[in-house]
Amino acid sequence: MRLDRLRFALWMAVILATIAFTVLQLRADKPPPEMNAASSFAPTFRLADGDGRIRESAEFRGHWLLVFFGFTNCPDVCPTTLSEVAQVMDDLGQEGQQVQPVFISIDPERDRAASMDDYTRAFHSTILGLAGDAAQTRAAAESFRIFYEREPDASAPDAYTMSHSAGLFLVGPDGQWVKQYGYGTPAAEILSDLQSRI
Amino acid sequence: MKRYILASTLILLAPAAFACETVSVADITIRNAWSKATIGASRPASFYVEITNNGGTDDALIGIATPAADKPMLHQTVVKDGIASMPHAMSIAVPAGQTMELAPGGYHGMLMDLTAALAEGDRFPVTLTFEKTGEATINVDVLSMRAEGPECSNADQ
Repeated sequence: MRLDRLRFALWMAVILATIAFTVLQLRADKPPPEMNAASSFAPTFRLADGDGRIRESAEFRGHWLLVFFGFTNCPDVCPTTLSEVAQVMDDLGQEGQQVQPVFISIDPERDRAASMDDYTRAFHSTILGLAGDAAQTRAAAESFRIFYEREPDASAPDAYTMSHSAGLFLVGPDGQWVKQYGYGTPAAEILSDLQSRI
Repeated sequence: MKRYILASTLILLAPAAFACETVSVADITIRNAWSKATIGASRPASFYVEITNNGGTDDALIGIATPAADKPMLHQTVVKDGIASMPHAMSIAVPAGQTMELAPGGYHGMLMDLTAALAEGDRFPVTLTFEKTGEATINVDVLSMRAEGPECSNADQ
């Protein structure tokens, strides 16, 4: 009798754990709030490249844009994501010609001084590094509906660091927002998703 | 021909040429210490390592020091609701009987004010200070900028 009760309790625990797990999984899959907009939108940017030339989102129509916002003083998140982008571009081979990876600086003043191109090219020759002025950067971030913020941090270089949306954003050849690959999405997953779309 | 075979064997064995040290002090074992090459010396570098506490008492990593950088610190990458930030970590717990990893996307050493750029293949020492065990020094292998983890062929992972 006591064993039956124990067995019942254990099965209940299994069922509860399964429900809890499912709920957590579903919640984890939910996109961040800024992505909930049901209607599609066309993110835009107008920012200087490493040569000081203004580059606009409109000139990339016909190409898939793989966009990441970051800063080159970022030692962990940004190199990890750029390495993944580099791997994806290597693996895409010929199809890579239809994809333009873009790294947009959210710390443009410091990044312009330190040469964006040396940094982005060290990961992959195809990655376009852009760093505008403060207003252009804010406008680009708003059009992608992403967040970034300068945080005072006495322990960081120049006493500040940046917190920022860490996803990788895909824009279609028509200039419309397609999706976000969350931080940590493996390169292989991004690759197969891109291949299914190109 | 023999020379050719020897040369190819050496090339195949090349990844094993990394230090891939394992250092033990009292109950603490540290291994798989690595970092990524940097472009110049003005941007911070990262430091990753695996720490095992084989003892019965909890310990904690409370600091790092290295001749490679004037301002080495412990940080943690936190991604919450898709936003990444990087708070300073005062101490990183290494509980009894457990292995703690400093790895991309989590806890890591941030090496600021580098004394020189880090090039792939370089090696530099880092001294880890533990609350209870004290100091342990390990040689760190500098891997490519695109490395995603330690490259130790003998790593027992």
